[in-house]
Amino acid sequence: MKGSEKAKGSGVNRRQFIGNMLKTACGVGLMGMGLGMYSKQASSLPAMAIRPPGALPEEEFLGACIRCGMCVRDCPYGILKLGQLGSDDVVPGTPYFTARTGPCEMCVDIPCVPACPTNALDHGLTDINAARMGLAVLVDQETCIAFLGLRCEVCFNICPIRGDAISLNYRHNTRSGKHALFIPVVHSEACTGCGLCEKACILEEAAIKVFPTHLAKGELGRHYRLGWKEKQKAGEALVAPDAEHRYNLPEGVQYDLQGRGLIMDGTDSQQEPVSSNPLDVLNNNPLDTLNQGLENQ
Amino acid sequence: MATKPRLGSEAVSAKGWFKANKWLILRRLSQFGILGLFLLGPLAGVWIVKGNLAYSMTLDFLPLSDPHVLLQAVLAGVQPHKEAIIGVIIVVVVYMLIGGRVFCSWVCPVNLVTDLACCVRRMLGIRTSTQISRSSRYWLLGVTLLLPLVTGSIVWEMFNPVSMAFRGLVFGLGMAWMILLGIFLFDIFVSKEGWCGRLCPVGAFYSLLGLKSLVRVVAEDREKCDDCMDCYEVCPEEQVIRPALKGAGKGIGPVILSSNCTNCGRCIDVCAEDVFHFGSRFANQKTNPGSATGKMKESAFSDAA
Repeated sequence: MKGSEKAKGSGVNRRQFIGNMLKTACGVGLMGMGLGMYSKQASSLPAMAIRPPGALPEEEFLGACIRCGMCVRDCPYGILKLGQLGSDDVVPGTPYFTARTGPCEMCVDIPCVPACPTNALDHGLTDINAARMGLAVLVDQETCIAFLGLRCEVCFNICPIRGDAISLNYRHNTRSGKHALFIPVVHSEACTGCGLCEKACILEEAAIKVFPTHLAKGELGRHYRLGWKEKQKAGEALVAPDAEHRYNLPEGVQYDLQGRGLIMDGTDSQQEPVSSNPLDVLNNNPLDTLNQGLENQ
Repeated sequence: MATKPRLGSEAVSAKGWFKANKWLILRRLSQFGILGLFLLGPLAGVWIVKGNLAYSMTLDFLPLSDPHVLLQAVLAGVQPHKEAIIGVIIVVVVYMLIGGRVFCSWVCPVNLVTDLACCVRRMLGIRTSTQISRSSRYWLLGVTLLLPLVTGSIVWEMFNPVSMAFRGLVFGLGMAWMILLGIFLFDIFVSKEGWCGRLCPVGAFYSLLGLKSLVRVVAEDREKCDDCMDCYEVCPEEQVIRPALKGAGKGIGPVILSSNCTNCGRCIDVCAEDVFHFGSRFANQKTNPGSATGKMKESAFSDAA
């Protein structure tokens, strides 16, 4: 039926054909736009979902991960999950772990990475200490018991890069007046974001948490330069040296703080304006002193 | 119409129940078998296959990747690894031989849903259907390939019911069952064969793989056809049957050449007269040497191959 109509090739049919074509194209085009826009909106990673080691930056990751789940299967600790529609806010099918319940154990051979067929987990990552899954942040100083003056240091001790990723900073305990606070401090240049510290935190709700790096880190303005570093790089100050300060002093008088203030030129200048002997001061007639000063000029 | 017997009952009485359902049973075994292989690992700890339909590794030796998914990733700017490329070559070659849409009827988990929908639709006697062009799927396929180019992200895989269903069954479904329910209801109440036959871009992609596939359904004994219409009724892509079955007068060969035939074999099952068989696309040459029709191109290709 359709074939015979086409065979006739009348104008009406061509019109119908083009009309149908446009209808389909418009429908599909709108659908595509909807999908694209929704995906943009839905593709932000929630704060508690951490990508496996070697994961590309989130936007590139979503273009590279084909949602096969091979990393999930090859994780010996079974911590990785795939995002599920509607039950977590992770893009469906993409891998993540939750530090508080199942942190990355930082296997030396990183088996999840070579399992990835598309380099969404970068095969260039061979040293697990170089992984940057996220960044630990001591989010609550009001409940962290180290800040209350109690000895804990669990996060410091569990850290696989102990001493480098988390160090202890000693501070005076102003409450007791005689003790020290052992404050854990995270260093972003060493922290891999494995989440072992968050898992180990003894509080009901962890005071130290791992966040995706872009949520945890601030960022200086790109135009911003640190003067001392620029100076070091250039080997010299990059601004003109300060002009020497000039004082408006009478002739024959100088000012130099290292020489303890005003310096009178000439012989008299050796004499102190005021005698160091307190008796002289008491016996002197203040008027004489004033006149003496005038004579010296 | 009212006296028309239940679909396929003639075949059952003519050939026996098993022969009248042979390919359907094999197909279900294939679908559940593949799913079972993937589930053996997580459920029983027997790791024969890891991964899912997007990419899998069998016995740490055989990689298989989905060409549609991988193509989207490549368009998003990915350079796949060796295993993924080997996997995609194997899959493409196999489907080019056995028919691209064999994926749809023998592997895809959504097929179970849409087949059930079709069954329910038939039982409820629903005849109305929204007209959605069967070519819509190719437009959608275009969109799925355009989106990663524009956004740099594999957008379609956020929504793809095919990969989501299979991944869901293997890794945890979440709310993906709602999408499957949506497809189920859509196929029953909105459009006959609406998802698989009109919209699904995955099927559209695989149909392109099968454009020149070797294994085809052949209406070998088409002169025996008694016009019971059961094959049209049961076929998920009924438009593919007519040229082969009724083309004898126009000099068209008996091979169903349309790449949208899913090789499901259901027409073979339900035909009481045993008109259809699986065969090769070259079967046209035997019965139709040098036919002077539009199929010339096909036979020319076959000669070259």
